[in-house]
Amino acid sequence: MSEEPILAVEGLTIDIPLAQGTLHAVRGIDFELNRGETLCIVGESGSGKSLTSLAVMGLLPKRLECAARKLAFRGTELQGQPASAMRQLRGNRMAMIFQEPMTSLNPAYTIGDQLAEALLLHRRVSKAEARARAVELLGKVGITAAESRLSQYPHQLSGGLRQRVMIAMALMCEPELVIADEPTTALDVTIQAQILRLLVDLQREMNMAMILVTHDLGVVARVADKVAVMYAGEVVEQGTAKEIFEHPSHPYTQGLLRCIPVPGRTKPGEHLGSIPGIVPSLIGKVEGCAFRTRCDLAESACAKPVPIHRTQGGHAWRCIHSDTERVPA
Amino acid sequence: MSAAGSSPPVLELAGVTKTYRVKQGLFSRPKPLQAVGGVDLRIRKKDVLGLVGESGCGKSTLAKILLGLEAPTSGRVMVDGIEAAGQDRTLLARRIQPIFQDPYSSLNPRKSIEDIIALPLVVHKVGDSAGRAQAVSKMLDLVGLPQRVRRGYPNQLSGGQRQRVAIARALVMKPEIVICDEPTSALDVSVQSQILNLLGDLREELSLTYLFISHNLAVVEHLATRVAVMYLGRIVEEAPAADLFAEPRHPYTKALLASVLTPDPSMSVPDTHLGASYPNPIAPPSGCHFHPRCAAVRDICKTVPPPHVSDTKGHVDCHLYAERTQAA
Ligand SMILES: Nc1ncnc2c1ncn2[C@@H]1O[C@H](COP(=O)(O)OP(=O)(O)OP(=O)(O)O)[C@@H](O)[C@H]1O
Ligand SMILES: Nc1ncnc2c1ncn2[C@@H]1O[C@H](COP(=O)(O)OP(=O)(O)OP(=O)(O)O)[C@@H](O)[C@H]1O
Ligand code: SF4
Ligand code: SF4
Ligand SMILES: [Mg+2]
Ligand SMILES: [Mg+2]
Repeated sequence: MSEEPILAVEGLTIDIPLAQGTLHAVRGIDFELNRGETLCIVGESGSGKSLTSLAVMGLLPKRLECAARKLAFRGTELQGQPASAMRQLRGNRMAMIFQEPMTSLNPAYTIGDQLAEALLLHRRVSKAEARARAVELLGKVGITAAESRLSQYPHQLSGGLRQRVMIAMALMCEPELVIADEPTTALDVTIQAQILRLLVDLQREMNMAMILVTHDLGVVARVADKVAVMYAGEVVEQGTAKEIFEHPSHPYTQGLLRCIPVPGRTKPGEHLGSIPGIVPSLIGKVEGCAFRTRCDLAESACAKPVPIHRTQGGHAWRCIHSDTERVPA
Repeated sequence: MSAAGSSPPVLELAGVTKTYRVKQGLFSRPKPLQAVGGVDLRIRKKDVLGLVGESGCGKSTLAKILLGLEAPTSGRVMVDGIEAAGQDRTLLARRIQPIFQDPYSSLNPRKSIEDIIALPLVVHKVGDSAGRAQAVSKMLDLVGLPQRVRRGYPNQLSGGQRQRVAIARALVMKPEIVICDEPTSALDVSVQSQILNLLGDLREELSLTYLFISHNLAVVEHLATRVAVMYLGRIVEEAPAADLFAEPRHPYTKALLASVLTPDPSMSVPDTHLGASYPNPIAPPSGCHFHPRCAAVRDICKTVPPPHVSDTKGHVDCHLYAERTQAA
């Protein structure tokens, strides 16, 4: 692809100094995202999905040590940028949607003031214009009688409505990149479907790039163009949604897909697949494939550095087993 | 003939309501909030009744009533045909035990695994210490935990192992009925399947009956034999799981099933055709509580509460089906 990617990440590592030693929470991640594309990051709890998102946004806590060969937004390296430049980017060119809306909404200000502020901070517009834009976006995220909502406070809204307000706020400046970290996990399935649909529609309409962090494989399948599967701080497999679901190639991905009940594929009441064992500690020196304590296909070679296999379509996985040994899901 | 067939239900609810009094503002008087509004339900032995519905519809309140943790405002709960109210707590605890959502907060971090599992026996003064130790060993085997964890503490266990401890604690009293309130929603997908498999095995081995509350409809479809759909305190549809998923009847059930995201990359996110606004439980809509969001709403729905239409499979509370039966 000749067009410059919106986001290019190469060799991202995040270390967390702890009393017991260094926690290697993110261990060399690569991915790229083009305009209008959606990347879903899926994986085990604690695998580093949120930290990766925060690193891109420049929102990691200071005591965490973050490094990368490349962390570029529209070709501009973000590492080493002054805090003021990052603030100028955030909310303007790139925005974040969190799982818990109250992490971004201030309980002391009205919805209208907060939405308008998001625009006034980055654009030279009048207050009236900012309010008009707020009403427009509240309408877009499916909030009826938007005008009357402007004077309400966050606590006067239901969880689903608050989540919509937060989406509206993230989109006030028409960012080119949106990162949503489990934006619907706390919501009911009906509202989850509504909000995802909304995000996908708005993303298409505005041609934004989106990173969606989730642990729900149903969400991934329905929303993703590309998928990155994380395990213990690494991306163990990535590719198009079709490749990942139809030809999962890393044993962890294959295992995950066997774990979920799928109406029509799994029979009610029958045993589901499972991945026994637990995620290893990432404190101290970590070598070889971190999945080997739980992997059916593990061999002694898995304790040494593991190669990455790539297909022409951009499907890649990190395992000693290559294409020929693929096990169909 | 009753919808639930001929064998007597192990658990039966008749006209159960629960009304809380809640204050909305600092100076306002408390107003009644009907969390559960007239629920009739029968669960037969070895059934897995899946209970689904939006957040706040009253699922956990119903579970707490069954467990005797909340007293119903009106109506009756019968366990094995005997009214639960006034029954000995120990006897009830032997019949019904809970497994809750969060394996992190539901286990006391300062107690050893052994003590946690034995606690119900101690509380209800069952057996001596040797007998309890033996019961704990058996439970560890049953839920697939190694014996070595017995002297460990919850923080040394993974999420899945903790949930196994919670299950062992629930089963140590040898209950017939287990109330599972979101037992896997705090767990990773890779761990969730282990727990679902375990619950399925235990049901076979011990002839357990489950009430299984979950937001994950694929999980409910996998595990449940029957499903009850709750909306704003009422059970609006109840049917065998296979029938309900193949042919949902109530418009809310239809919307709920339409929002399930199966992992199919060739499909997009569906449109639920459901308004976003969950009604205020303190001032529920008139007529059918679901009418402001219903795609099939008629005039009558706005004023007249829907009829309770039952047949051999189960029931549905909706005007659409009353008309159909009358026309036939
Ligand atoms: N501020 C912090 N201080 C110490 N450890 C942290 C901090 N933030 C994250 N971690 C640790 O880093 C690892 C990765 O965390 P992260 O939040 O990125 O996981 P995640 O993949 O988002 O998991 P989940 O699915 O549970 O949200 C975890 O082991 C976590 O405990
Ligand atoms: N102790 C209480 N006092 C006042 N209101 C309560 C109390 N417990 C529950 N409620 C209200 O009763 C209704 C039903 O709550 P319940 O916890 O049973 O819902 P739920 O279906 O379990 O929801 P979720 O899926 O979010 O767990 C809600 O409106 C809730 O706010
Ligand atoms: S490298 Fe080895 S342990 Fe890791 S996934 Fe592949 S086979 Fe399994
Ligand atoms: S009674 Fe009317 S409003 Fe209620 S679910 Fe049936 S059709 Fe819809
Ligand atoms: Mg996270
Ligand atoms: Mg609940």
